Amino acid sequence: MSKYETIIGLEVHVELATETKIFCSCPTSFGSAPNTNVCPICLGFPGALPVLNKKAVEYAVMAGLALNCEIPAFSKFDRKNYFYPDLPKAYQISQYDQPVALNGYLEIDVDGKEKRIGITRIHLEEDAGKLIHAEYGGYSLADYNRGGVPLIEIVSEPEINSPEEAKAYLEKLRSIILYTGISDVKMEEGSLRCDANISIRPVGSKEFGTRVEIKNMNSFRAVQRALEYEVQRHQEVLASGGTLVQETRRWDENNGVTISMRSKEEADDYRYFPDPDLVPVVVPAQWVEEIRQKLPELPDARRKRYQQQYKLSAYDAEVITASKQMADFFEATLKEYDDPKAVANWLMGDIAKHLNTEGIEINETKLTPSHLAELLALLDKGTISGKIAKTVFEEMFASGKKPAQIVEEKGLVQISDEGAIAAVVDQVIAENPKAVEDYRSGQQKAMGFLVGQVMKLTRGKANPQLVNKLLREKL
Amino acid sequence: MFAKLTITAAADKLAKNEISAYELTEAALKRIEETDEQVKAFITVTKEEALKTAAEIDKKRRQGEKLGVLAGIPVAYKDNMCTDGVLTTCASKMLHNFIPPYSATVVELLQQAGSVMLGKTNLDEFAIGSSTENSAFFTTHNPWDLQRVAGGSSGGSAAAVAAGQVLFALGTDTGGSIRQPSAFCGVVGLKPTYGLVSRYGVVAFSSSLDQVGPITKSVEDCALVMNVLAQHDPRDSTSVKLDTADYTASLTGEVKGLKIGVPKEYFGEGIDPRVKAAVHKALDVLISLGAEAGEISLPLTEYTIPVYYLIAPAELSSNLARFDGVRYGYRSEADDLEAMYIKTRSEGLGTEVKRRIMLGTYALSADRYDDFYLKALKARTLIRQDFDRAFAQYDLLLTPTTPNVSYIKGEVKDLLTEYMNDYCTAGASLAGLPAISVPCGYVDGLPVGMQLIGKPFAEATILRAAHAYEQNCGLERKLPTLNEMGGSPSEQV
Ligand SMILES: [Zn+2]
Repeated sequence: MSKYETIIGLEVHVELATETKIFCSCPTSFGSAPNTNVCPICLGFPGALPVLNKKAVEYAVMAGLALNCEIPAFSKFDRKNYFYPDLPKAYQISQYDQPVALNGYLEIDVDGKEKRIGITRIHLEEDAGKLIHAEYGGYSLADYNRGGVPLIEIVSEPEINSPEEAKAYLEKLRSIILYTGISDVKMEEGSLRCDANISIRPVGSKEFGTRVEIKNMNSFRAVQRALEYEVQRHQEVLASGGTLVQETRRWDENNGVTISMRSKEEADDYRYFPDPDLVPVVVPAQWVEEIRQKLPELPDARRKRYQQQYKLSAYDAEVITASKQMADFFEATLKEYDDPKAVANWLMGDIAKHLNTEGIEINETKLTPSHLAELLALLDKGTISGKIAKTVFEEMFASGKKPAQIVEEKGLVQISDEGAIAAVVDQVIAENPKAVEDYRSGQQKAMGFLVGQVMKLTRGKANPQLVNKLLREKL
Repeated sequence: MFAKLTITAAADKLAKNEISAYELTEAALKRIEETDEQVKAFITVTKEEALKTAAEIDKKRRQGEKLGVLAGIPVAYKDNMCTDGVLTTCASKMLHNFIPPYSATVVELLQQAGSVMLGKTNLDEFAIGSSTENSAFFTTHNPWDLQRVAGGSSGGSAAAVAAGQVLFALGTDTGGSIRQPSAFCGVVGLKPTYGLVSRYGVVAFSSSLDQVGPITKSVEDCALVMNVLAQHDPRDSTSVKLDTADYTASLTGEVKGLKIGVPKEYFGEGIDPRVKAAVHKALDVLISLGAEAGEISLPLTEYTIPVYYLIAPAELSSNLARFDGVRYGYRSEADDLEAMYIKTRSEGLGTEVKRRIMLGTYALSADRYDDFYLKALKARTLIRQDFDRAFAQYDLLLTPTTPNVSYIKGEVKDLLTEYMNDYCTAGASLAGLPAISVPCGYVDGLPVGMQLIGKPFAEATILRAAHAYEQNCGLERKLPTLNEMGGSPSEQV
């Protein structure tokens, strides 16, 4: 039992999936040629002025509602001033003291224990551009396509007490955001970014320990590893009688360590002040209600419903509802095939394995709910065996063909004709006198060999129950 | 006589085919050629473009096409307004080579109305100053006495109109930058209500104060230009949506019963008694026409200068941060990023600009924000309320535009004296109110300006009063004679 308690707060940036940028009408599409999605406004040209994209506010309010926040009737934009080449105006338009959403929470589940993590605030801001540093030649190139893409920053309360909880928080947050459809939350494309604040204190202490901020974590796993590293570093420093420095550290993924970037003394003064180019954002209660109506059923509610309505286990319900696409696929399949447990098993088994390997969501595959339902029905009717079903599934996943078509084309229909199987059984008994002898002398595993021989001759299509039955009868 | 021509008179001649737009433009270019070596109003003259535009207007007129209300009228823009494809320098080394790929909304509106751009006028660097002595390129001379300043920061625009180089010009006003040079140069200058005219494409000085307005030879011309400029602009979030007004129609000459407040704080010790006398005489004219006047107090007037000199530099420090040498404008190469920033901004920006950036940065710093910037914002609200109380009793307020007439270049050495140039004008700016400067006499042959301040969006009221005054003041309309440097003040024309 550690004598220290870990305190973690997370700041998560999420890019909103609006068509256009937050203060101009440039497209937000990812992967365009450098500096093609730009205009005088997002390039900070003299005299250009920002005009707020209403959709960005709607999405931020939606995030607030999905995370159980209060939505104040007024919020405003402020300027965060600092010089950096990726920031064309040398200030970022952000929200300082009147953000769009406040005082929310989300629930996580770690080792079967439910816990509520508070969300302090959600504010809207514009993203910066990207710098590409040349390997040789000592220059950098700036791409402003991302500059002005709308972001929300979701700030948690310092109520996360372990790296595992931090990971669970991020997974739940990602899942909720995905459900709302306001972002694709892809960490590898930078549409979700996370910074962490961490401190430790003796158990029972009321005062917070020295806080360290960690940046540059590019996956949920990296967040967990970086925090684990920091917990240990903090404990070692304190145990050896040292003192911690309030600072910002960078996670070095390759070496698995954090490295000091700058201490608090060097911290910037951002000289926040209300942006005089923008008027306060008015969010009428009626609009908030309209947005609330648009909110889909969220993962927690859906998980509880699956347990009640479909009698799924808590674990199965959690896994299926973690992704909205998966849960939607599950329900669509059930419309044509009414065995929730069987559908869930397929989704969590072979399908999940494929999705993980390829790193895609279920809606990005050629698989359809109808095809899965049809496959399960073929299995029930005995048209194909469980083993054949796996073969059909592989083909179905790869080609997007209907299972019945695959079965027909490849001649995979299960042989359930007793006469046809009996002929093969007779042949196998005649050709394998040694195994027959072994079985008769009580060696059970000889049966397995004989079944295998029948299946081999029928290319796996013989109904396994019938094969067993006939072999036993004839021996 | 081109130099004396107003927009209304010229439009009449154009309509009657007594003159073509091309001839008018040629006359303006000739006047610029003859006089600008002395006046130095222009940074850029767009001769060829102007003649081409004028020829197009003439062609349209011949073909009977519908023309805008300012068709063929020569105009100049203060060089902090973006003009597509035309150098826009803000009179700063920082933007010495900046050619914007877009035009300010006000420029587009005037283009649509058919006006002909003759060029871009000088200003104090980034509109910071009140004499154009802060221009990185040269100082504009007052056409009434070339040894004296034209005022600022829209000094080039005011001087160009006063010298008869263009029929009108646009300026920007943050704390008095249209009104003060208009007073110094003996022309009419209006700062509209904050939000009435678009700021899109106008290089920002202090975003919560900046407004674009016309500088003209007559009140009637001012109303005509305002008819074009007062439009809602979806590209400027602070632009208001109002029904289109016809300011020309408001010039009825009728001021009977109009209640004029005379704030005593604007007639105190710091104001030249001869200026006061001229303004009082103007008030008498309005009273003789049936207006009612009463003395009032705006007790917070003494705080306008300190409040203005906190808010404007604070916003400026942020607005000018984008001039960092990375994407456009001046850049000084250095070994690393930080050194590049420092060298570029040290070399590219002038002394006064840097001084105000420092002032503003300090006022916004985390440790000082509450004591300076936040306090200034609160004081600004109180100043606005001061005006609200006055406007509960009066329709408009009458004051001098400036404490003095124009002064000799280089004469004002200490900053506090220079900053006091804004004493009479900064209040209306902080309160976002419309205010006009109208010529109301001469002191030592130099023009004096009277300021009329109105309620929010009551441009029609102050234009009506200014027009009634102008028509009945009995002042001879004078023109500067552009004496040689060091010569005597102007003579009548
Ligand atoms: Zn843009």
